[in-house]
Amino acid sequence: MSRPEGLRTSYAQELALLRHRTDKLWLGLLAVAAVATPFILDDFWLSVLTFTAIASIGAIGLNLLTGFTGQVSLGHAFFVGVGAYSAGYLGGNLGLPVVVWLPAAGLLGALLGLAVGPFALRLRGLYLAIVTLGLVFLGEYLFVNVRAVTGGPQGRAIPSPKIGDLNFADLGPALGLELSREQSFFLFVVPLLAIAAAFARNVVRSRPGRAFQAIRDREIAAAVIGVDLARYKVAAFALSSFYAATSGALLGSYLRHVTPANFDLTLSIQFVAMVIIGGAGTVYGSILGAFFIVLIPRVVEQLSPVIPFVSQTATGAGLTVFTLNQLIFGALIIVFLIAEPTGLAGIWARLRLYFRTWPFSY
Amino acid sequence: MTDLLQLLVQGIALGAVYGLVALGFVVIYKATEVINFAHGELLLLGAYLVYALRIEAGLPFFAAVPVAIALMVAVGWGIERSVLRRMVGRPTFAVVMITIGLAIVLRQLVTAVAGYDDRNIGDPWGASTASLGDVQVNVVSLVTVAVVAALVAAFFAFFRGTSAGVAMRAAALDQEAALAVGIPVRSVSAWSWMIAAAAATVGGVFLASFPATLQPGLGFVAFRAFPAAIVGGLDSPSGAIAGGLLIGLTEVLVQGYQPQYAPWLGNNVHVVAAYVLMILVLMVRPYGLFGTREVERV
Repeated sequence: MSRPEGLRTSYAQELALLRHRTDKLWLGLLAVAAVATPFILDDFWLSVLTFTAIASIGAIGLNLLTGFTGQVSLGHAFFVGVGAYSAGYLGGNLGLPVVVWLPAAGLLGALLGLAVGPFALRLRGLYLAIVTLGLVFLGEYLFVNVRAVTGGPQGRAIPSPKIGDLNFADLGPALGLELSREQSFFLFVVPLLAIAAAFARNVVRSRPGRAFQAIRDREIAAAVIGVDLARYKVAAFALSSFYAATSGALLGSYLRHVTPANFDLTLSIQFVAMVIIGGAGTVYGSILGAFFIVLIPRVVEQLSPVIPFVSQTATGAGLTVFTLNQLIFGALIIVFLIAEPTGLAGIWARLRLYFRTWPFSY
Repeated sequence: MTDLLQLLVQGIALGAVYGLVALGFVVIYKATEVINFAHGELLLLGAYLVYALRIEAGLPFFAAVPVAIALMVAVGWGIERSVLRRMVGRPTFAVVMITIGLAIVLRQLVTAVAGYDDRNIGDPWGASTASLGDVQVNVVSLVTVAVVAALVAAFFAFFRGTSAGVAMRAAALDQEAALAVGIPVRSVSAWSWMIAAAAATVGGVFLASFPATLQPGLGFVAFRAFPAAIVGGLDSPSGAIAGGLLIGLTEVLVQGYQPQYAPWLGNNVHVVAAYVLMILVLMVRPYGLFGTREVERV
């Protein structure tokens, strides 16, 4: 007799990354699907998925901090920006290969996260949120004024990910295939997302992750059972910033050119929305949330010619595509928080439960 | 010396507006423990309502403002009833995110109706100036300071002298205890939103007056006023005014002297300066200058 999938029969299983044989099967299928995707979908969908993958890495980082450790941050965009500009400086000005600039950008983000972390020790809740909000403004100021690195308000170019002659934005020659930039970039970022997600799952199920969740649930109780608050809060900030900066480096490289306006408060709010809409405290929820937030504006853009009352011009009064996007975005945040606080991950879990227990589902 | 006096007067006028905005944060925070990120958009909406009543409907200015305030009170009540009331008992950050969502929606509604043009709100003071000794002051600035002072006095009278005000303070202190002695805690939350919306309308009018104009970017002033509310302490009305003045003076003085003495700092230093000052204050006093220290119980 096969056991119901949700049932765990040992602590080892509770801690395991893949709990069941079927998990391995699904993971295998997912990997096959990922390799096949660039050859099936067109460039529009590939670009949506590539943006999703890049945003997912950042969203997982924010989820580790906000969803798992309970530390509110509106400053995620700052670290994303730091990652992008480091990639530009290290890869462009210094000409280093991607194997150096990508981790280096992440580490620089982590270092800055280490510097911000201590604020979380002294400040609580909304005071911390406003301090991290200050980071975004500080970032905008630095990105505009440190022209040697950032190119000022006009922004700067960010190089393609290259090692020697191997260019990950143009994998065609290396693989002996005809590949567009979208196809190549997709094949480059999806494995990175897989690594980032697997690492996050590993963190969450092991000692530091348990410490994070203990801090989130009750700080004093966590301290009483021996969780070193200072260490783990700062670690959570550093880890989350590492993810953010990595995501920023990839984003910059994919966009080819970034300006300070790419990393304003809107980006921070989008990341928070990804975590909320996807589901706080789950790794796969971050990916679902990222997909949702990336997808909506693209779909609205595609549909705008057939939606009544939407004008195509970007200026003046009236319902423009931009306005409609923002309206949907804001309304989604409100609706999800009121009606579905566990996010898409919660909906998914309920659906699974429904079909697993069918026909005895309630 | 005249330069300095001129800057000080400007700083106080700016600080008074920031104080008024920060007061809006404090009222809602005191009653519900939430920072209202949509406050800037309430300002915007209030100012546009005044504009619509004054210019489009042709009411006199001093009739347009009270009507706009009344409409905004209804808006505040509606928002609290339809959205915030459903979030009672949920994590603070979830409620804050709701206000961010509200901010985005309100901003887009305003721009969809009014567009991005600069408008003149039609206040009776215009660009007229008065001179105090050698210092030139915009009349609007003087009116701002006077009105803010009067409003703050009214606030204190309300919180100390009226039963509604005392009920709000009790609900802020301990919701359960307040319920136990028969205070309608729910309507307290609605009251706080109505008061904040009314204050936002007045703030919006002064923000859109000379030398500024009425345009959608005005809503972002809320982000400039956050440091004011935090420096003063999120739960202290007098702190909001003190914080507003401190941040206003800092911004104006940095803006006035930085190009001369520290040009290498680049553009927009004054915006960052407010946040740097806020972080410095928080490092010394984590609950702001006048905020209540949170006592942690196991």
